[in-house]
Amino acid sequence: MGTPALSIEGLSYAYGRGAFALKDVSLAVGAGSFTALLGPNGAGKTTLFALVTRLFESPGGTIRIGGVDLRREPARALGRMGVVFQQPTLDLDLTVRQNLLYFAALHGIPRRTAEARARESLERLGIAERIGETVRALNGGHRRRVELARALLHEPALLVLDEPTVGLDVPARRAIVEHVHALCRERGIAVLWATHLIDEIGDGDRVVVIHRGRVRAAGPVTEVNRATGADSLTESFTRLTAKEAA
Amino acid sequence: MTAFAHYARALGGIVGREVLRFVHQRERFLSALVRPLLWLFVFAAGFRAALGIAITPPYETYIPYEVYIVPGLAGMVQLFNGMQSSLSMVYDREMGSMRMLLVSPLPRWFLLTAKLLAGTAVSILQVYAFLAVAWLYGVQAPPLGYLTVLPALVVSGLMLGALGMLLSSAIRQLENFAGVMNFVIFPTFFLSTALYPLWKMQEAGELLHFLCTVNPFSQAVELIRFALYREVNLPALGWTLLALAVFLGGAVYGYNPAQGFLARKTGGE
Repeated sequence: MGTPALSIEGLSYAYGRGAFALKDVSLAVGAGSFTALLGPNGAGKTTLFALVTRLFESPGGTIRIGGVDLRREPARALGRMGVVFQQPTLDLDLTVRQNLLYFAALHGIPRRTAEARARESLERLGIAERIGETVRALNGGHRRRVELARALLHEPALLVLDEPTVGLDVPARRAIVEHVHALCRERGIAVLWATHLIDEIGDGDRVVVIHRGRVRAAGPVTEVNRATGADSLTESFTRLTAKEAA
Repeated sequence: MTAFAHYARALGGIVGREVLRFVHQRERFLSALVRPLLWLFVFAAGFRAALGIAITPPYETYIPYEVYIVPGLAGMVQLFNGMQSSLSMVYDREMGSMRMLLVSPLPRWFLLTAKLLAGTAVSILQVYAFLAVAWLYGVQAPPLGYLTVLPALVVSGLMLGALGMLLSSAIRQLENFAGVMNFVIFPTFFLSTALYPLWKMQEAGELLHFLCTVNPFSQAVELIRFALYREVNLPALGWTLLALAVFLGGAVYGYNPAQGFLARKTGGE
Protein backbone atom coordinates (compact mmCIF):
# COMPACT_ATOMS: atom_id res chain seq x y z
CA MET A 1 0.00 0.00 0.00
CA GLY A 2 1.28 3.50 -0.83
CA THR A 3 1.05 6.44 1.52
CA PRO A 4 -2.26 6.14 3.38
CA ALA A 5 -4.73 8.97 2.89
CA LEU A 6 -4.94 9.17 6.68
CA SER A 7 -2.63 7.69 9.24
CA ILE A 8 -2.90 8.17 12.97
CA GLU A 9 -0.23 6.92 15.33
CA GLY A 10 -0.24 6.80 19.10
CA LEU A 11 -2.87 9.50 19.52
CA SER A 12 -4.04 10.28 23.05
CA TYR A 13 -6.17 13.10 24.36
CA ALA A 14 -7.61 14.19 27.67
CA TYR A 15 -9.98 17.10 28.34
CA GLY A 16 -8.28 19.29 30.89
CA ARG A 17 -6.99 17.11 33.68
CA GLY A 18 -9.75 14.58 33.26
CA ALA A 19 -9.52 10.97 32.18
CA PHE A 20 -8.29 10.13 28.70
CA ALA A 21 -10.94 10.51 25.99
CA LEU A 22 -8.55 8.78 23.59
CA LYS A 23 -5.69 6.53 24.53
CA ASP A 24 -2.93 5.46 22.15
CA VAL A 25 -5.13 5.33 19.05
CA SER A 26 -3.53 4.21 15.78
CA LEU A 27 -5.29 3.61 12.48
CA ALA A 28 -4.82 4.04 8.74
CA VAL A 29 -7.21 4.69 5.87
CA GLY A 30 -5.96 3.77 2.41
CA ALA A 31 -6.95 5.32 -0.91
CA GLY A 32 -10.37 4.13 -2.13
CA SER A 33 -11.14 2.53 1.20
CA PHE A 34 -14.37 3.01 3.13
CA THR A 35 -13.34 2.75 6.75
CA ALA A 36 -16.03 2.91 9.37
CA LEU A 37 -15.11 4.19 12.78
CA LEU A 38 -17.58 2.23 14.84
CA GLY A 39 -18.19 2.91 18.48
CA PRO A 40 -21.01 3.43 20.95
CA ASN A 41 -21.94 6.93 22.05
CA GLY A 42 -19.16 8.36 24.18
CA ALA A 43 -16.49 6.08 22.67
CA GLY A 44 -14.30 9.01 21.59
CA LYS A 45 -15.33 9.30 17.94
CA THR A 46 -16.12 13.01 18.08
CA THR A 47 -12.89 13.74 19.95
CA LEU A 48 -10.97 11.86 17.28
CA PHE A 49 -12.74 13.93 14.63
CA ALA A 50 -11.95 17.18 16.35
CA LEU A 51 -8.28 16.18 16.43
CA VAL A 52 -8.20 14.99 12.80
CA THR A 53 -9.81 18.28 11.69
CA ARG A 54 -7.48 20.25 14.00
CA LEU A 55 -10.24 21.93 15.94
CA PHE A 56 -7.90 21.13 18.73
CA GLU A 57 -4.49 19.58 19.00
CA SER A 58 -3.03 16.82 21.05
CA PRO A 59 0.54 16.90 22.29
CA GLY A 60 0.70 13.09 22.07
CA GLY A 61 0.71 11.17 18.79
CA THR A 62 0.78 12.13 15.12
CA ILE A 63 -1.84 12.59 12.43
CA ARG A 64 -0.77 12.52 8.79
CA ILE A 65 -3.04 13.33 5.87
CA GLY A 66 -1.63 11.99 2.61
CA GLY A 67 1.72 11.80 4.40
CA VAL A 68 1.58 15.45 5.52
CA ASP A 69 1.92 16.01 9.26
CA LEU A 70 -1.13 17.91 10.48
CA ARG A 71 0.75 19.64 13.29
CA ARG A 72 3.73 20.74 11.21
CA GLU A 73 1.90 21.75 8.02
CA PRO A 74 -1.73 22.24 9.01
CA ALA A 75 -2.79 24.24 5.95
CA ARG A 76 -1.39 21.70 3.47
CA ALA A 77 -2.85 18.78 5.38
CA LEU A 78 -6.31 20.35 5.80
CA GLY A 79 -6.39 21.23 2.10
CA ARG A 80 -6.37 17.52 1.26
CA MET A 81 -9.33 16.67 3.39
CA GLY A 82 -13.09 17.12 3.02
CA VAL A 83 -15.13 17.25 6.22
CA VAL A 84 -18.78 16.66 7.04
CA PHE A 85 -19.47 17.43 10.68
CA GLN A 86 -22.18 15.86 12.74
CA GLN A 87 -23.77 19.27 13.42
CA PRO A 88 -25.16 21.13 10.44
CA THR A 89 -22.73 23.77 9.24
CA LEU A 90 -24.65 25.50 6.47
CA ASP A 91 -25.88 29.08 6.57
CA LEU A 92 -29.63 28.67 6.55
CA ASP A 93 -30.37 32.13 5.17
CA LEU A 94 -27.96 31.84 2.26
CA THR A 95 -28.67 29.90 -0.92
CA VAL A 96 -27.06 26.57 -1.75
CA ARG A 97 -24.86 28.34 -4.30
CA GLN A 98 -23.76 31.03 -1.82
CA ASN A 99 -22.88 28.37 0.74
CA LEU A 100 -20.81 26.42 -1.76
CA LEU A 101 -19.06 29.47 -3.16
CA TYR A 102 -18.17 30.65 0.34
CA PHE A 103 -16.51 27.33 1.03
CA ALA A 104 -14.74 27.41 -2.36
CA ALA A 105 -13.37 30.87 -1.52
CA LEU A 106 -11.95 29.55 1.76
CA HIS A 107 -10.09 26.96 -0.28
CA GLY A 108 -8.90 29.55 -2.79
CA ILE A 109 -10.84 28.03 -5.71
CA PRO A 110 -11.44 30.58 -8.51
CA ARG A 111 -15.07 31.62 -8.92
CA ARG A 112 -15.65 30.06 -12.34
CA THR A 113 -14.12 26.72 -11.37
CA ALA A 114 -16.12 26.78 -8.15
CA GLU A 115 -19.39 27.40 -10.03
CA ALA A 116 -18.70 24.47 -12.40
CA ARG A 117 -17.71 22.10 -9.62
CA ALA A 118 -20.65 23.09 -7.46
CA ARG A 119 -23.08 22.33 -10.27
CA GLU A 120 -21.37 19.05 -11.11
CA SER A 121 -21.25 17.97 -7.50
CA LEU A 122 -24.92 18.80 -6.92
CA GLU A 123 -25.91 17.02 -10.12
CA ARG A 124 -24.20 13.87 -8.97
CA LEU A 125 -26.20 14.08 -5.77
CA GLY A 126 -29.42 14.73 -7.67
CA ILE A 127 -30.13 18.21 -6.25
CA ALA A 128 -28.75 20.53 -8.94
CA GLU A 129 -32.14 22.20 -9.38
CA ARG A 130 -32.07 23.43 -5.77
CA ILE A 131 -28.91 25.50 -6.25
CA GLY A 132 -30.70 28.86 -6.08
CA GLU A 133 -32.83 28.07 -3.04
CA THR A 134 -32.04 29.06 0.50
CA VAL A 135 -30.84 26.18 2.64
CA ARG A 136 -33.74 26.80 5.01
CA ALA A 137 -36.10 25.57 2.27
CA LEU A 138 -34.36 22.17 2.04
CA ASN A 139 -35.20 19.10 4.09
CA GLY A 140 -32.62 17.40 6.31
CA GLY A 141 -31.59 14.85 3.69
CA HIS A 142 -31.00 17.48 1.05
CA ARG A 143 -29.06 19.68 3.45
CA ARG A 144 -26.76 16.74 4.13
CA ARG A 145 -26.27 16.25 0.40
CA VAL A 146 -25.31 19.90 0.06
CA GLU A 147 -22.76 19.44 2.84
CA LEU A 148 -21.40 16.41 1.06
CA ALA A 149 -21.20 18.29 -2.25
CA ARG A 150 -19.40 21.10 -0.43
CA ALA A 151 -16.88 18.74 1.17
CA LEU A 152 -15.94 17.51 -2.32
CA LEU A 153 -15.55 20.92 -4.00
CA HIS A 154 -11.78 21.06 -3.55
CA GLU A 155 -11.43 17.45 -4.75
CA PRO A 156 -9.95 16.02 -1.57
CA ALA A 157 -8.24 12.63 -1.43
CA LEU A 158 -9.72 12.01 2.01
CA LEU A 159 -13.28 12.53 3.19
CA VAL A 160 -14.08 12.39 6.90
CA LEU A 161 -17.67 12.28 8.11
CA ASP A 162 -18.82 12.35 11.70
CA GLU A 163 -22.13 10.48 12.05
CA PRO A 164 -23.45 12.15 8.90
CA THR A 165 -26.80 10.36 8.91
CA VAL A 166 -27.91 11.57 12.34
CA GLY A 167 -31.52 12.73 12.20
CA LEU A 168 -32.18 11.49 8.65
CA ASP A 169 -35.00 9.17 7.64
CA VAL A 170 -34.24 5.73 6.20
CA PRO A 171 -34.27 6.58 2.46
CA ALA A 172 -32.15 9.71 3.00
CA ARG A 173 -29.70 7.70 5.10
CA ARG A 174 -29.44 4.99 2.48
CA ALA A 175 -28.87 7.53 -0.30
CA ILE A 176 -25.97 9.15 1.57
CA VAL A 177 -24.39 5.82 2.53
CA GLU A 178 -24.58 4.54 -1.05
CA HIS A 179 -23.27 7.74 -2.54
CA VAL A 180 -20.23 7.78 -0.30
CA HIS A 181 -19.49 4.14 -1.06
CA ALA A 182 -19.68 4.99 -4.77
CA LEU A 183 -17.16 7.82 -4.24
CA CYS A 184 -14.69 5.27 -2.86
CA ARG A 185 -15.21 2.80 -5.70
CA GLU A 186 -15.39 5.19 -8.61
CA ARG A 187 -13.12 8.04 -7.62
CA GLY A 188 -10.71 6.35 -5.26
CA ILE A 189 -11.53 8.70 -2.40
CA ALA A 190 -10.56 7.45 1.05
CA VAL A 191 -13.38 7.73 3.57
CA LEU A 192 -13.41 7.70 7.35
CA TRP A 193 -17.03 7.41 8.42
CA ALA A 194 -17.84 7.59 12.12
CA THR A 195 -21.02 5.86 13.16
CA HIS A 196 -22.70 3.82 15.81
CA LEU A 197 -25.07 2.26 13.28
CA ILE A 198 -23.82 -1.11 12.11
CA ASP A 199 -26.20 -1.33 9.14
CA GLU A 200 -24.28 1.50 7.46
CA ILE A 201 -21.24 -0.75 7.10
CA GLY A 202 -20.98 -3.21 4.20
CA ASP A 203 -19.17 -6.56 4.22
CA GLY A 204 -16.50 -5.20 1.88
CA ASP A 205 -15.69 -2.23 4.15
CA ARG A 206 -12.99 -1.86 6.70
CA VAL A 207 -13.90 -1.14 10.28
CA VAL A 208 -12.16 0.31 13.31
CA VAL A 209 -14.01 -0.50 16.51
CA ILE A 210 -13.40 2.09 19.20
CA HIS A 211 -14.62 1.85 22.76
CA ARG A 212 -13.79 3.98 25.78
CA GLY A 213 -11.11 5.80 23.84
CA ARG A 214 -9.20 2.75 22.66
CA VAL A 215 -9.12 0.82 19.40
CA ARG A 216 -10.53 -2.65 20.10
CA ALA A 217 -10.28 -4.10 16.60
CA ALA A 218 -9.35 -2.93 13.10
CA GLY A 219 -9.40 -4.43 9.63
CA PRO A 220 -11.80 -5.67 6.96
CA VAL A 221 -15.20 -6.59 8.42
CA THR A 222 -14.70 -10.29 7.61
CA GLU A 223 -11.35 -10.36 9.41
CA VAL A 224 -12.69 -8.61 12.48
CA ASN A 225 -15.52 -11.15 12.60
CA ARG A 226 -13.04 -14.02 12.26
CA ALA A 227 -10.82 -12.62 15.02
CA THR A 228 -13.72 -12.26 17.43
CA GLY A 229 -15.22 -15.60 16.38
CA ALA A 230 -18.50 -13.91 15.48
CA ASP A 231 -20.87 -14.49 12.58
CA SER A 232 -21.71 -10.87 12.03
CA LEU A 233 -20.38 -7.41 12.73
CA THR A 234 -23.23 -6.84 15.17
CA GLU A 235 -22.04 -9.80 17.19
CA SER A 236 -18.39 -8.75 16.94
CA PHE A 237 -19.31 -5.28 18.08
CA THR A 238 -21.30 -6.59 21.03
CA ARG A 239 -18.40 -8.79 22.11
CA LEU A 240 -15.78 -6.09 21.68
CA THR A 241 -17.72 -3.48 23.59
CA ALA A 242 -19.05 -5.82 26.25
CA LYS A 243 -15.64 -7.06 27.37
CA GLU A 244 -14.79 -3.80 29.03
CA ALA A 245 -18.14 -3.51 30.76
CA ALA A 246 -17.83 -6.97 32.27
CA MET B 1 -2.57 29.28 -7.42
CA THR B 2 -0.44 31.69 -5.46
CA ALA B 3 -0.76 31.97 -1.73
CA PHE B 4 -1.72 35.61 -2.19
CA ALA B 5 -4.62 34.71 -4.50
CA HIS B 6 -5.81 32.12 -1.99
CA TYR B 7 -5.73 34.62 0.88
CA ALA B 8 -7.46 37.28 -1.22
CA ARG B 9 -10.25 34.90 -2.29
CA ALA B 10 -10.75 33.67 1.25
CA LEU B 11 -10.92 37.24 2.57
CA GLY B 12 -13.42 38.16 -0.15
CA GLY B 13 -15.49 35.09 0.72
CA ILE B 14 -15.54 35.79 4.45
CA VAL B 15 -16.40 39.48 4.06
CA GLY B 16 -18.97 38.68 1.35
CA ARG B 17 -20.69 36.12 3.57
CA GLU B 18 -20.88 38.53 6.50
CA VAL B 19 -22.36 41.28 4.32
CA LEU B 20 -24.87 38.83 2.78
CA ARG B 21 -25.91 37.68 6.23
CA PHE B 22 -26.28 41.29 7.30
CA VAL B 23 -28.45 42.08 4.27
CA HIS B 24 -30.65 39.09 5.08
CA GLN B 25 -31.05 40.15 8.69
CA ARG B 26 -33.02 43.39 8.30
CA GLU B 27 -34.03 43.39 11.94
CA ARG B 28 -30.39 43.48 12.94
CA PHE B 29 -29.79 46.50 10.75
CA LEU B 30 -32.88 48.23 12.03
CA SER B 31 -32.00 47.68 15.67
CA ALA B 32 -28.44 48.81 15.00
CA LEU B 33 -29.89 52.03 13.66
CA VAL B 34 -32.71 52.59 16.15
CA ARG B 35 -30.48 52.29 19.23
CA PRO B 36 -28.23 55.31 18.55
CA LEU B 37 -31.12 57.27 17.09
CA LEU B 38 -33.07 56.90 20.33
CA TRP B 39 -30.08 58.28 22.19
CA LEU B 40 -29.82 61.12 19.74
CA PHE B 41 -33.50 62.05 19.45
CA VAL B 42 -34.59 61.39 23.02
CA PHE B 43 -31.66 61.32 25.42
CA ALA B 44 -29.64 64.10 23.79
CA ALA B 45 -32.68 66.29 23.29
CA GLY B 46 -33.58 65.97 26.95
CA PHE B 47 -30.03 66.53 28.10
CA ARG B 48 -29.46 69.49 25.89
CA ALA B 49 -30.60 72.00 28.47
CA ALA B 50 -28.88 70.31 31.40
CA LEU B 51 -25.47 69.88 29.87
CA GLY B 52 -23.55 72.76 28.38
CA ILE B 53 -20.49 71.82 26.38
CA ALA B 54 -17.54 74.20 26.58
CA ILE B 55 -15.35 74.74 23.57
CA THR B 56 -13.01 71.76 23.43
CA PRO B 57 -11.04 70.45 20.47
CA PRO B 58 -11.87 69.48 17.79
CA TYR B 59 -14.86 71.83 18.10
CA GLU B 60 -14.20 75.47 17.34
CA THR B 61 -17.37 76.95 18.78
CA TYR B 62 -19.97 76.13 21.38
CA ILE B 63 -21.89 73.10 20.23
CA PRO B 64 -25.26 71.65 21.14
CA TYR B 65 -25.19 68.35 23.01
CA GLU B 66 -26.46 66.46 19.95
CA VAL B 67 -23.32 67.39 18.07
CA TYR B 68 -21.13 66.24 20.94
CA ILE B 69 -22.84 62.89 21.30
CA VAL B 70 -22.81 61.77 17.63
CA PRO B 71 -19.21 60.40 17.51
CA GLY B 72 -19.87 58.53 20.75
CA LEU B 73 -22.99 57.01 19.27
CA ALA B 74 -21.05 56.03 16.14
CA GLY B 75 -18.67 54.26 18.53
CA MET B 76 -21.64 52.67 20.27
CA VAL B 77 -22.85 51.27 16.95
CA GLN B 78 -19.45 49.63 16.51
CA LEU B 79 -19.30 48.46 20.10
CA PHE B 80 -22.63 46.70 19.75
CA ASN B 81 -21.68 45.32 16.38
CA GLY B 82 -18.40 43.98 17.75
CA MET B 83 -20.26 42.25 20.55
CA GLN B 84 -22.92 41.02 18.17
CA SER B 85 -20.37 39.54 15.77
CA SER B 86 -18.78 37.71 18.64
CA LEU B 87 -22.22 36.62 19.75
CA SER B 88 -22.64 35.21 16.27
CA MET B 89 -19.27 33.50 16.69
CA VAL B 90 -20.46 31.79 19.84
CA TYR B 91 -23.66 30.91 18.00
CA ASP B 92 -21.73 29.90 14.85
CA ARG B 93 -19.51 27.68 16.86
CA GLU B 94 -22.49 25.98 18.38
CA MET B 95 -24.16 25.73 15.02
CA GLY B 96 -21.00 24.48 13.41
CA SER B 97 -20.15 27.03 10.76
CA MET B 98 -17.32 28.39 12.89
CA ARG B 99 -15.90 24.86 12.70
CA MET B 100 -16.14 25.03 8.93
CA LEU B 101 -14.13 28.24 8.96
CA LEU B 102 -11.50 26.89 11.33
CA VAL B 103 -10.83 23.73 9.25
CA SER B 104 -10.00 25.83 6.18
CA PRO B 105 -6.46 25.39 4.93
CA LEU B 106 -5.33 28.81 6.13
CA PRO B 107 -3.56 30.00 9.27
CA ARG B 108 -5.94 30.59 12.11
CA TRP B 109 -4.72 34.14 12.77
CA PHE B 110 -5.66 34.98 9.18
CA LEU B 111 -9.12 33.44 9.46
CA LEU B 112 -9.81 35.34 12.67
CA THR B 113 -8.50 38.61 11.25
CA ALA B 114 -10.59 38.13 8.11
CA LYS B 115 -13.64 37.49 10.25
CA LEU B 116 -12.81 40.66 12.17
CA LEU B 117 -12.51 42.69 8.97
CA ALA B 118 -15.85 41.32 7.83
CA GLY B 119 -17.53 42.41 11.07
CA THR B 120 -15.88 45.82 10.81
CA ALA B 121 -17.15 46.27 7.24
CA VAL B 122 -20.69 45.64 8.46
CA SER B 123 -20.24 48.04 11.40
CA ILE B 124 -19.06 50.77 9.05
CA LEU B 125 -22.17 50.37 6.90
CA GLN B 126 -24.23 50.77 10.06
CA VAL B 127 -22.31 53.86 11.19
CA TYR B 128 -22.73 55.58 7.83
CA ALA B 129 -26.46 54.85 7.88
CA PHE B 130 -26.60 56.43 11.36
CA LEU B 131 -24.52 59.45 10.28
CA ALA B 132 -26.83 59.93 7.31
CA VAL B 133 -29.92 60.08 9.55
CA ALA B 134 -28.09 62.38 11.99
CA TRP B 135 -27.20 64.62 9.06
CA LEU B 136 -30.83 64.83 8.04
CA TYR B 137 -31.68 65.64 11.67
CA GLY B 138 -29.31 68.56 11.49
CA VAL B 139 -26.14 67.23 13.08
CA GLN B 140 -23.75 67.91 10.25
CA ALA B 141 -19.99 67.53 10.27
CA PRO B 142 -17.83 69.12 7.56
CA PRO B 143 -18.46 67.22 4.28
CA LEU B 144 -14.86 66.05 4.02
CA GLY B 145 -15.16 64.73 7.57
CA TYR B 146 -17.38 61.92 6.33
CA LEU B 147 -14.43 60.69 4.29
CA THR B 148 -11.70 61.27 6.86
CA VAL B 149 -13.71 59.41 9.49
CA LEU B 150 -13.50 56.19 7.46
CA PRO B 151 -9.96 55.13 8.47
CA ALA B 152 -10.82 55.96 12.09
CA LEU B 153 -13.90 53.74 11.86
CA VAL B 154 -11.78 50.92 10.43
CA VAL B 155 -9.37 51.09 13.39
CA SER B 156 -12.08 51.48 16.04
CA GLY B 157 -14.25 48.79 14.44
CA LEU B 158 -11.34 46.34 14.40
CA MET B 159 -10.47 47.11 18.01
CA LEU B 160 -14.03 46.65 19.27
CA GLY B 161 -14.49 43.55 17.11
CA ALA B 162 -11.27 42.09 18.51
CA LEU B 163 -12.57 42.71 22.03
CA GLY B 164 -15.72 40.78 21.17
CA MET B 165 -13.68 38.01 19.59
CA LEU B 166 -11.50 37.72 22.66
CA LEU B 167 -14.62 37.41 24.81
CA SER B 168 -16.13 34.82 22.46
CA SER B 169 -12.99 32.69 22.76
CA ALA B 170 -13.45 32.57 26.50
CA ILE B 171 -17.20 32.09 26.67
CA ARG B 172 -18.58 28.63 26.85
CA GLN B 173 -22.23 29.11 26.08
CA LEU B 174 -24.66 31.60 24.67
CA GLU B 175 -26.32 32.04 28.06
CA ASN B 176 -23.11 33.37 29.58
CA PHE B 177 -22.96 35.93 26.88
CA ALA B 178 -25.89 37.94 28.24
CA GLY B 179 -23.94 38.49 31.45
CA VAL B 180 -20.91 39.64 29.55
CA MET B 181 -23.02 42.05 27.56
CA ASN B 182 -24.17 43.64 30.81
CA PHE B 183 -20.77 43.64 32.43
CA VAL B 184 -18.87 44.72 29.33
CA ILE B 185 -21.09 46.84 27.11
CA PHE B 186 -22.68 49.09 29.73
CA PRO B 187 -19.54 49.90 31.73
CA THR B 188 -17.58 50.35 28.51
CA PHE B 189 -20.13 52.78 27.16
CA PHE B 190 -20.88 54.76 30.30
CA LEU B 191 -17.27 55.00 31.50
CA SER B 192 -16.18 56.72 28.33
CA THR B 193 -16.20 60.08 26.60
CA ALA B 194 -19.16 59.00 24.46
CA LEU B 195 -21.73 60.83 26.58
CA TYR B 196 -19.72 63.39 28.52
CA PRO B 197 -16.36 65.04 27.92
CA LEU B 198 -13.45 64.11 30.15
CA TRP B 199 -13.45 67.39 32.08
CA LYS B 200 -17.02 66.72 33.15
CA MET B 201 -15.89 63.40 34.53
CA GLN B 202 -13.08 65.10 36.39
CA GLU B 203 -15.68 67.19 38.19
CA ALA B 204 -17.41 63.96 39.19
CA GLY B 205 -14.31 62.39 40.71
CA GLU B 206 -10.74 61.31 40.07
CA LEU B 207 -11.51 57.60 39.89
CA LEU B 208 -14.22 58.02 37.27
CA HIS B 209 -11.97 60.36 35.36
CA PHE B 210 -9.16 57.81 35.44
CA LEU B 211 -11.40 54.94 34.32
CA CYS B 212 -12.74 57.06 31.48
CA THR B 213 -9.26 57.94 30.36
CA VAL B 214 -7.91 54.41 30.26
CA ASN B 215 -11.03 52.92 28.69
CA PRO B 216 -10.03 51.95 25.12
CA PHE B 217 -13.56 52.81 24.03
CA SER B 218 -12.92 56.46 25.02
CA GLN B 219 -9.86 56.45 22.83
CA ALA B 220 -11.82 54.99 19.92
CA VAL B 221 -14.56 57.61 20.37
CA GLU B 222 -12.03 60.46 20.45
CA LEU B 223 -10.36 59.03 17.36
CA ILE B 224 -13.72 59.07 15.57
CA ARG B 225 -14.62 62.53 16.93
CA PHE B 226 -11.42 64.16 15.68
CA ALA B 227 -11.50 62.32 12.34
CA LEU B 228 -15.06 63.47 11.73
CA TYR B 229 -13.69 67.01 11.99
CA ARG B 230 -10.77 66.24 9.70
CA GLU B 231 -8.21 65.93 12.47
CA VAL B 232 -6.01 63.12 13.64
CA ASN B 233 -5.85 62.52 17.37
CA LEU B 234 -2.52 60.74 17.54
CA PRO B 235 -2.61 59.63 21.18
CA ALA B 236 -6.12 58.21 20.65
CA LEU B 237 -4.91 56.43 17.50
CA GLY B 238 -1.93 54.97 19.36
CA TRP B 239 -4.00 53.72 22.28
CA THR B 240 -6.67 52.26 20.02
CA LEU B 241 -4.05 50.42 17.96
CA LEU B 242 -2.41 49.13 21.12
CA ALA B 243 -5.75 47.86 22.42
CA LEU B 244 -6.40 46.24 19.04
CA ALA B 245 -3.05 44.42 19.18
CA VAL B 246 -3.68 43.19 22.73
CA PHE B 247 -7.27 42.03 22.07
CA LEU B 248 -6.45 40.38 18.76
CA GLY B 249 -3.39 38.69 20.22
CA GLY B 250 -5.54 37.36 23.04
CA ALA B 251 -8.21 36.12 20.63
CA VAL B 252 -5.68 34.30 18.42
CA TYR B 253 -4.24 32.73 21.57
CA GLY B 254 -7.73 31.74 22.71
CA TYR B 255 -8.56 30.09 19.40
CA ASN B 256 -5.19 28.32 19.13
CA PRO B 257 -5.91 24.59 18.84
CA ALA B 258 -3.09 23.67 21.18
CA GLN B 259 -4.59 25.84 23.92
CA GLY B 260 -7.60 23.61 24.04
CA PHE B 261 -10.02 26.46 24.82
CA LEU B 262 -12.18 25.11 22.01
CA ALA B 263 -11.78 21.62 23.38
CA ARG B 264 -12.98 22.65 26.80
CA LYS B 265 -15.88 24.50 25.26
CA THR B 266 -16.97 21.95 22.71
CA GLY B 267 -16.70 19.19 25.25
CA GLY B 268 -17.13 16.13 23.10
CA GLU B 269 -17.25 12.46 23.73
